[in-house]
Amino acid sequence: MLLTEKQIDFMGVRKIAGVGSIILVIVSILSLAFNSLEFGLDFTSGTSVRLSYSEAVVVVDVNQTLRENGYEDAVVVTFGSDRDIRVLLPVDETVAVGDQAAQAVIVGESIAEMLQSSSGSEITLLGSDYVSAKVGGELVESGGIGMLVALAIIMVYIAMRFQFKFSVGAVVALAHDLIITLGIFSLFRIEFNLNTLAALLAIIGYSLNDTIVVSDRIRENFRRLRKGTPLEMVNISLNQTLSRTLITSLTTLLVLFSILFIGGESTQGFAVALIIGVVIGTYSSIYIASNVILYMNVTREDLMLPVKEGAELDDIP
Amino acid sequence: MLNKYPAWKNILILIVVILGFLYSLPNLYPDDPALQISHELTELSEGDMPVITSALEAAEVYFFGEEIETESIRIRLNNLDDQLRAKTAIEDALGESYIVALNLAPTTPSWLQAIGAGKMNLGLDLQGGVHFLMEVDMDAAIIRRMEDNLSNVRTILREQRIRSRGLNLISNSHLEVRFANAEDRSQARSELVTIFPELQMQNRETEGVFILDMRMLPATALQIQTDTLQANRTTLLNRVDTLGVSEPTVQQQGSDRIVVELPGMQDPAQAIRILQRIATLEIHLESELGASSLSYETYDYEGIPVNVDNNVVLQGDRISNAVYQLDQNSQPSVVLSLDAQGGNQMNRATRDNVGRRMDILLIETKSRTITSINEDGEEIENIEFYEEKELIMHATIQQALGRQFSITGLTPREASDLAPLIRSGSLAAPMTIVEQSVIGPSMGQENLDQGLLGVQVAAGLVVLFMLFYYRTFGMAANAALIMNILMIVAVMSSIIPATLTLPGIVGIVLTVGMAVDANVLIFTRIREELSEGAPAQKAIDAGYNRAFTTIIDANLTTFLVAAVLYTIGTGPVRGFAITLMIGIITSMFTAIVGTRAIVNLIYGGKSGKTLSIGSYRMKAKQDDLNIAVGSK
Repeated sequence: MLLTEKQIDFMGVRKIAGVGSIILVIVSILSLAFNSLEFGLDFTSGTSVRLSYSEAVVVVDVNQTLRENGYEDAVVVTFGSDRDIRVLLPVDETVAVGDQAAQAVIVGESIAEMLQSSSGSEITLLGSDYVSAKVGGELVESGGIGMLVALAIIMVYIAMRFQFKFSVGAVVALAHDLIITLGIFSLFRIEFNLNTLAALLAIIGYSLNDTIVVSDRIRENFRRLRKGTPLEMVNISLNQTLSRTLITSLTTLLVLFSILFIGGESTQGFAVALIIGVVIGTYSSIYIASNVILYMNVTREDLMLPVKEGAELDDIP
Repeated sequence: MLNKYPAWKNILILIVVILGFLYSLPNLYPDDPALQISHELTELSEGDMPVITSALEAAEVYFFGEEIETESIRIRLNNLDDQLRAKTAIEDALGESYIVALNLAPTTPSWLQAIGAGKMNLGLDLQGGVHFLMEVDMDAAIIRRMEDNLSNVRTILREQRIRSRGLNLISNSHLEVRFANAEDRSQARSELVTIFPELQMQNRETEGVFILDMRMLPATALQIQTDTLQANRTTLLNRVDTLGVSEPTVQQQGSDRIVVELPGMQDPAQAIRILQRIATLEIHLESELGASSLSYETYDYEGIPVNVDNNVVLQGDRISNAVYQLDQNSQPSVVLSLDAQGGNQMNRATRDNVGRRMDILLIETKSRTITSINEDGEEIENIEFYEEKELIMHATIQQALGRQFSITGLTPREASDLAPLIRSGSLAAPMTIVEQSVIGPSMGQENLDQGLLGVQVAAGLVVLFMLFYYRTFGMAANAALIMNILMIVAVMSSIIPATLTLPGIVGIVLTVGMAVDANVLIFTRIREELSEGAPAQKAIDAGYNRAFTTIIDANLTTFLVAAVLYTIGTGPVRGFAITLMIGIITSMFTAIVGTRAIVNLIYGGKSGKTLSIGSYRMKAKQDDLNIAVGSK
């Protein structure tokens, strides 16, 4: 097939790719710093009421009805289709904390009734959520810690199985993917909720998978081929794994797009985050991880040492 | 190079496949909506059926498959709508003391149940229901224990006739007793040290006052936290039972939170009312006539003002049980059981006070938000708890009491109300709902349907692609893929009682996409071998061998990430992590061993030269280094 016959000089453009990535990362960090993330209810606090209309919703009208009835701070967003809306309300501070949860239920029901009578459309109350001011902040923290722990464990594992330079390469690639994905979420004001967090963690898994496969080839080629510069080794390895990289990305994207279009609104955020992550992850496994390894002057000697440890695993089952 | 698996290996794989199929089978049998009818005190029998039958006939609800079990009756209904109508009808017919719980009755054939095959639990997001995260106020639990200790110390000093110059709480885990001289103090210390092993004692002198500091040991504080959480969980379980929900979850999360999930719950407001009735108890004595007005508070008891002494005789958490019983004279009574220390305290307090009145206060804790400014000038919100007290019992002490005693002179109604009130009042600490989510049943169904459709379409697309791209080998990969999904479902249904949530479904879908990765790795290797001119049999063997390390490394690292997610995450993150972990393990088996078995069966031992693995280009033999590589 086309993909295997042609040798593409990936590393020839490594400087351009590197600069491009650095720019993207900086833009992402700036956007995160100034624009922040559009945190969903899971991470902030308040009440969210999900409503389903029998016909398309005019958000402006909904907003007006809510304003007229004393819900000045309500934010209305559509989700999934033009028939489903979510009304977000901040925590009502005049209500005792212990009663806020109960209040959320009552508010949900009264909003549904109110909108039904004003719009004439049949409205179903799909459900409501309440998150107290206390819990929201903790999630950001535990999610962040989770990511750091995951990165640390990966670094140790790769340093053991491969070599330290490879673990730096993998972790830089992962950080690159995470920062840019978050940056895109921030730039385009896509809601960041618990599902997105799970997706982000899945991106770590996916991108890592890709990086490991490429690193594995680089290691193998360093050991197998007697001659050639590190740059040539990396290029050969990237070419050899290219068809696999693309096919796996393709099957994963096939899956993700079917979730995006069919899986329903509850999983859309998840699918969007993963699609972004898979695209960036595929790019980073080619350009970032290998680039970092070359930049750190990987040599044949680096990879000769762990031969013994790897020996048992090299056998088939 | 024969590429043949020994027979035992093929049989093993076949067994795994059959098991996977059997244990995922129950998921094809949807549960019937059902009602479980029981009574608080008595057991139900055949005799209760006619009432139920006539109530349902009157309400025109069709039911079937009634089962009379040891304590309860279960009936099955056609749909969820009927279930709710039947519930109301039966409740009206039987009265309040009966509990009518919504339930799901399995329709799985008995032979499947016999081999332990079960169904996957669906998360709230897939079947609708209410989710609560409740936070337990641990400070309250600790301070209550210290107040209890304080009043004990006071009693003991009085009994031993040791004069103190006062005692009070300094912080929620520290109390001090002041003495006029060192002798009194050392005498007190030697008395107290054996009675309060959970407190650390220290002498201190300021301005001629001899102080004995008593601090709660950190280990004790930790123990109280654990006990409190456990007690709150138990109380919540009891309360949840009265809601009549099938398979509720009441689970500890972290050191001070409890998750309550009520699948199928339709009325969240009702759930909140019952779960959040936070109440504790205190047992006091009635104030003596002529006592200083500072030493008592006045409460209303059935219209009569009662002066209740401020000293707490016993805290509610010392009460281990309260049951409604008829005594030997067939009079209604409530029998209270105390723990060992509670028994001692009760005995000490009552033996000198026979004939006096004993009072039980029910303290309901409510909370409100307090906004304050911190050092950085930012507004911060804190939860503040405040108490509302009510006198629920006012009775004369007839004799010295011990670990078990009864409250008599009640009407049957009073007694049956008081018992559960005291039981739930022994709840160790107040709780607030900090997170709540209500998922309507229609939304749950929609999530489930769309999620499953997503899996089907995704799997379909991947299957088509693999078939098109890898031909016969693609077929082997597809067989492995289906096997993989079956195994994930089987493991989640029967081996690990995991709950399937929406993120879990996504986890499965993602596994579908990623599981073929192992096969892609293997097949590209085989193609590579072939393009380098290797004979078919050798190419297969080398392809599998050389891809193996890569697959292990790639999957193991992903598994580590999933394990971290599982440990640290909660809710949706966990649901996703568990399916991902299961998927990684099963997919390694199916993608490596499973496809190899199929490939071996098709090609093994044959001398054929060509493999149906899609197109590849024969590479001219050349030295690796002649490959044109851009070098800079």
